[in-house]
Amino acid sequence: MRRLVALVAAVLILGVAPAPVALDLLLAETPAPTLSDYHLFTDASGRVPNAGLTPYGLNTPLFSDYSEKSRLLYLPPGARATYREIGVLDFPVGTTLVKTFAYPADLRRPSLGLRSIETRLLIHKSQGWVALTYVWNTGQTQAVLKRAGARLPVSFVDLKGARQNLDYAVPNQNQCKECHSLSGSLSPIGPKARNLNGEFTYTSGRENQLTHWSRLGNLVGAPDPKVAPRTAAWTDERAPLEDRARAYLDGNCGHCHNAAGMASNSGLFLNLEEADPAARGIGRRPVAAGRGSGNLDFDISPGHPEASILVYRMKSREPGVMMPELSRSMVHTEGVALIEAYLKSLPAR
Amino acid sequence: MNSYAVTLVAVLLATAANAKTLKVAAGPNAQERVQTALLDAKPGDVVALGMGRFSFTDGLSLDVDNVTVTGAGEHKTILSFAKQKGAGEGLLVTSDGVTVRDLTMQDTKGDGIKSKAADRISFVSLTVEWTGGPKETNGAYGVYPVASSNVLIDHVTVRGASDAGIYVGQSKNIIVRNSRAEFNVAGIEIENSSNADVFGNIATHNAGGILVFDLPGLPVMGGHSTRIFRNMVVDNDTPNFAPKGNIVAGVPTGSGVMLMANRNVHVFENTISGNQTAGVMIIAYSRDFDDKTYNPLPRDFVVRDNRFGRNGWAPALPGGKDLAAAMGGSMPPIMWDGVDTYPGGHETLRMWFKDGPVANLRMTKGGAVETANPVVTPSVGAPGLAEPSPVVLPVEQDKLAS
Repeated sequence: MRRLVALVAAVLILGVAPAPVALDLLLAETPAPTLSDYHLFTDASGRVPNAGLTPYGLNTPLFSDYSEKSRLLYLPPGARATYREIGVLDFPVGTTLVKTFAYPADLRRPSLGLRSIETRLLIHKSQGWVALTYVWNTGQTQAVLKRAGARLPVSFVDLKGARQNLDYAVPNQNQCKECHSLSGSLSPIGPKARNLNGEFTYTSGRENQLTHWSRLGNLVGAPDPKVAPRTAAWTDERAPLEDRARAYLDGNCGHCHNAAGMASNSGLFLNLEEADPAARGIGRRPVAAGRGSGNLDFDISPGHPEASILVYRMKSREPGVMMPELSRSMVHTEGVALIEAYLKSLPAR
Repeated sequence: MNSYAVTLVAVLLATAANAKTLKVAAGPNAQERVQTALLDAKPGDVVALGMGRFSFTDGLSLDVDNVTVTGAGEHKTILSFAKQKGAGEGLLVTSDGVTVRDLTMQDTKGDGIKSKAADRISFVSLTVEWTGGPKETNGAYGVYPVASSNVLIDHVTVRGASDAGIYVGQSKNIIVRNSRAEFNVAGIEIENSSNADVFGNIATHNAGGILVFDLPGLPVMGGHSTRIFRNMVVDNDTPNFAPKGNIVAGVPTGSGVMLMANRNVHVFENTISGNQTAGVMIIAYSRDFDDKTYNPLPRDFVVRDNRFGRNGWAPALPGGKDLAAAMGGSMPPIMWDGVDTYPGGHETLRMWFKDGPVANLRMTKGGAVETANPVVTPSVGAPGLAEPSPVVLPVEQDKLAS
């Protein structure tokens, strides 16, 4: 009897342990109809990650219409990623990258009144990576699988205090692959050593992510972060202008515009690894830009952002003209300003 | 019957037995219903779009091998993208063995139908059009296979593209036949591609009728072995409306057949008439480039046995008026810039321009019209350049023709 009382007391104190992440469902051929089936979160609204998930950030992420993106890494019990200096880390089967897109009511108070729009999963199955997206209901109690994409009205107050209304685009499953494609196979984009090599604020305090992952046993083979490659944070005003701008172009364009990406046929390669200035667009004529050329002659006209197709397409909100083609419908004013400053700094020919 | 044949038959039967048709009717929420069918389709399936009008707010995409997307017929199944809010094209195909057929696609904000890195891609009995007429704000390409192989474009009509109506780029083994391109900047364009047969088409009321180009700085270069034959290239008279900056913005209005750089291009038995700049124009790529592997000269070209009507009476070129006057009022049917030197070297060019007279502008540098020193001769070169072999597509694909 005394033992039973003790047991009951223990349960009352500890609460019922949440069910672990449903790895079998993550790896199943048919995706689960709702996000909660996977037990990636312990609450219905997907704000509290389950045990085994590690939050992370990227030094320079993709701009996605000013949404707040929170990222989680799930590794199966006992599994770990292997360090790679170039490209995405080598993640074992079962790895799941979880990314939630949310909007605060007011961008100036980003932690208040967050409304989750969608949670995307990239699951590493034995035959390769699979992309899924789950769209949240207005009550924020459930996210359901949406394979064919959707348009959702979103409204928020921007950094200048102005109301913004947009038609947020949830990508269809193929569109996931358009960005996440390397030589025709789906692949993560963000978690490269160079883009993870920065500090993150954990509940336990600030720490370099490569160090943190290594310490947790999530990652093997990583060198000291000081000697690992590092993508500049595009917002870091102490970093050289070129480093910030190229990091921005890498994060926003380089996933398609590289030799193995969806835009390989353009010959315009904006990934950080590209060394040839002409391939990076400097003094380069467009090939299949169509009206995206904006009556301009060069992708990048050095010294002249106003005469550069790159800037013209970043400033456009028109499908068929705007770049990137997916993931944005608004102009990223701050990103445009950075690229304009960079192009202006290039010696004119 | 040997065991291989038995196996083959068994496989074919199995495929046929399991193949299903996913029908999608016109009506509300077309975006999600059509896209879901394109995601649900399994290899061998048909996605059948019903009669009527489908309105889309975003691009569609297909990434499953061996799927046929069909409508109930051109002008019967209409896919309208007038309300498109995103994506660079109307339909993007990234898988192999796909056929798109029997439908009309209208007013995409970017390109019409694009295939990227697709093998055995077929466009059959399609209309792709911009309904507001030729406009700079129309999408660039109507049908747009790029970095693809075994490409069939058959009975396709494209009108209004602000670049090329039918555009094949960086691809190989290509047939474009029985198609119609009108009111585009370029009617049909084969670019940085190899082994293409373009025949039985009508290119009319474009700025330029049929173009074969090879451009520098692209992952696939060295275009070669293209045959342009038995086409009607007539009355290409729509003023060039391409946005500046694009290569086709430099195509003079009224160019019948325009060939730039490339190797082993044969133009024969076409009807070429009513093109104010030139019947056939052959030029070197003239802009700066720093790609050492690129050759900007046209090499091993044959132009023979075409039927020429009136062409070249008002060349839309700098100094074109004087040029035409110097030639006695209009340009001869074939105009060649005569450039044989480029920063990478000099070549003794082998040409056979049988259809004379030929105006050889004998320019010393690509694009340098001021260096022209024209000479007109009854023909240029001599026969003997071997014609590229006919393009052969996989049998199943070739049979798709209607």
